[in-house]
Amino acid sequence: MEESLRMSNEIDTDYVIGQDNVQTKIGPFGLDFHNPVFLISGLSVIALVLFCLIFDEAASAMFGALRPWLTTKLDFVFAIAMNIFVLFCLFLIVSPLGRVRIGGKHAQPEYSYISWFAMLFAAGMGIGLVFYGVLEPLNHTLSPPLGVPGALDADGNLAAAAVVEQATRAGMAGTIFHWGLHPWAVYSVVALALAIFCYNKGLPLTIRSAFYPILGERTWGWPGHLIDSLASLATLAGLATSLGFGASQAAAGMNYVFGIEATDTLKVIIILAVTALALISVLRGLDGGVKVLSEANMMLAFALFLFVIIAGATADIFSIFGSGLATYVTDLPALSNWIGREDTGYFHGWTTFYWAWWIAWSPFVGMFIARVSLGRTVREFVVCVLIVPTLVCVLWMAAFGGTAISQMTSDGYMGVQQTIANWTPELSLFAMLEQLPMTTVTSLVGIVLVLVFFVTSSDSGSLVVDTICAGGKIDAPVSQRVFWCSFEGLIAIALLLGGGLGSLQALAIATGFPFAIICVGLCYCIYKGLSTEEI
Amino acid sequence: MYSSIMVPVDLAHLDKIDKALQAAADLARHYGAAVHYVAVTSAAPSEVAHNPAEFAEKLDSFVAAQARAHGIDARAHPIRSHDPAVDLDQTLRNAGDAIGADLIVMASHVPGFADHIFHAHGGYVASHSDLSVFVVR
Repeated sequence: MEESLRMSNEIDTDYVIGQDNVQTKIGPFGLDFHNPVFLISGLSVIALVLFCLIFDEAASAMFGALRPWLTTKLDFVFAIAMNIFVLFCLFLIVSPLGRVRIGGKHAQPEYSYISWFAMLFAAGMGIGLVFYGVLEPLNHTLSPPLGVPGALDADGNLAAAAVVEQATRAGMAGTIFHWGLHPWAVYSVVALALAIFCYNKGLPLTIRSAFYPILGERTWGWPGHLIDSLASLATLAGLATSLGFGASQAAAGMNYVFGIEATDTLKVIIILAVTALALISVLRGLDGGVKVLSEANMMLAFALFLFVIIAGATADIFSIFGSGLATYVTDLPALSNWIGREDTGYFHGWTTFYWAWWIAWSPFVGMFIARVSLGRTVREFVVCVLIVPTLVCVLWMAAFGGTAISQMTSDGYMGVQQTIANWTPELSLFAMLEQLPMTTVTSLVGIVLVLVFFVTSSDSGSLVVDTICAGGKIDAPVSQRVFWCSFEGLIAIALLLGGGLGSLQALAIATGFPFAIICVGLCYCIYKGLSTEEI
Repeated sequence: MYSSIMVPVDLAHLDKIDKALQAAADLARHYGAAVHYVAVTSAAPSEVAHNPAEFAEKLDSFVAAQARAHGIDARAHPIRSHDPAVDLDQTLRNAGDAIGADLIVMASHVPGFADHIFHAHGGYVASHSDLSVFVVR
């Protein structure tokens, strides 16, 4: 009788969700967490934060050196892994396995396309697009990848028109490369693995479940504990340090636009405000919180995007979009190659760093995407998580970066170039908007966009960390999500005031290395998992 | 006086709602009312079931057992929610309206300090529903 209730393709395991959980009360608050993942993640984060606070110099020497070592010496691991993810996703689109539906043949999507797309950006990439949308295309136009000469000559004057044209194409392609197929492929792989093993195979919604084809029943033992703990550690450290740096960047923006002094007090107030809003959003749940905020922020981002297209260099934006995309397609093999690269400033300074970052971020973003993707077919899922966001990123970069490039090459405005020369990336957006009408309003919109993306990241991050630390139980007491959300805010404040943000962030990014290998394993697991599904 | 009694049940913690189940069954027999057992799940696997279909089947067998044990007209209402940890109260309110219940019988704990921040489900439903609510502690 018991067996007949299960779907035929579900994995047959005796593991019951929550069987390793401790249900207790601390003071008046109910808790329901996985033993030992909750304790390992929580205590190791506290230990690392204390280490970074107390031994700031030693920590920054140690973790600071770790990152360049990984992205330089192990560049091939990141490059190969990311290329595998892209190829695997493209394979899924054309393979008959693409017909498998997440949640079984008769599952219905829980969210509309609009809400779904909005939430794809809410978790991880929104903040980056706002910060780097202006800076990166111009930066790569000034020093393009693949040995293409830059748009400025040695004296800082504009090069010949043909050189500028070529640098712009190469710069846009180099930017799209970092925000296009590769990052979304790793998100797709992690999200698809989690979604299939949760909704189709009946396993808990947690990272370890996807490794069942490799680990078998050991999934529920220490190998699984380690994978889940590492995932929640990377997410917590990544979120808290982004929040800390984000507060500094938002404060710098406010200083630039409104002349408010960017003191530590202002930064702490920003962190507190973001955390308070995230807590409200947490208490309102997935539908009342993250979804509503993501949709609202998408509308706001779209309005700013339209404004930049209309008020900015409209014709240049469209031509840069077309030529950038075309150059991306033709340069893709050369950019993806890791052998004999001479443009190491680009390859090690940007590409492999981004790869480590996206991969370290992938358990968080992947898990959140998995949670909201029930009812889509694998093909629909991959097209929507890989292709559509890539195009959105290209459009965004063309509009924001294209305007900055055009301001420099056509109008001779060097404001954005200055933010690159002085390396103040948080000011690039505002320097670009300064040349367009209604600067105060649009700059304010830019600041609000970043802050709301922080709120949605913090909220969705708390949801993800809580689910992992509750052994995949998604109905654990909300007080736990509140705990994680507040915990992130506190870590950010402690490291901001005490020093050590950079060290902990370097460590978070370094987790990209083990995850790169873990995620290659996931491709195999997805293939195994899909092969036993009904098409 | 009552013709349709709604009883929210948590299939993972049936041991904690014995008194509420008994009270609902007694009232149902007294008034000749039907009892609607409502259980909320998400689409993801939980400690109760691996998928929503299995969840619904488990609720059905629980409801059949209640009907047999108490000799009452018992019906099952499995309900899906995206985020049950947060949406439960609103989902229960909506279920009460959809079923057309005139009385809700539900278990709850004795309120404490934490209820000022995270209210108990029974307390919430009692304060926000138009229906009569019997909170069993």
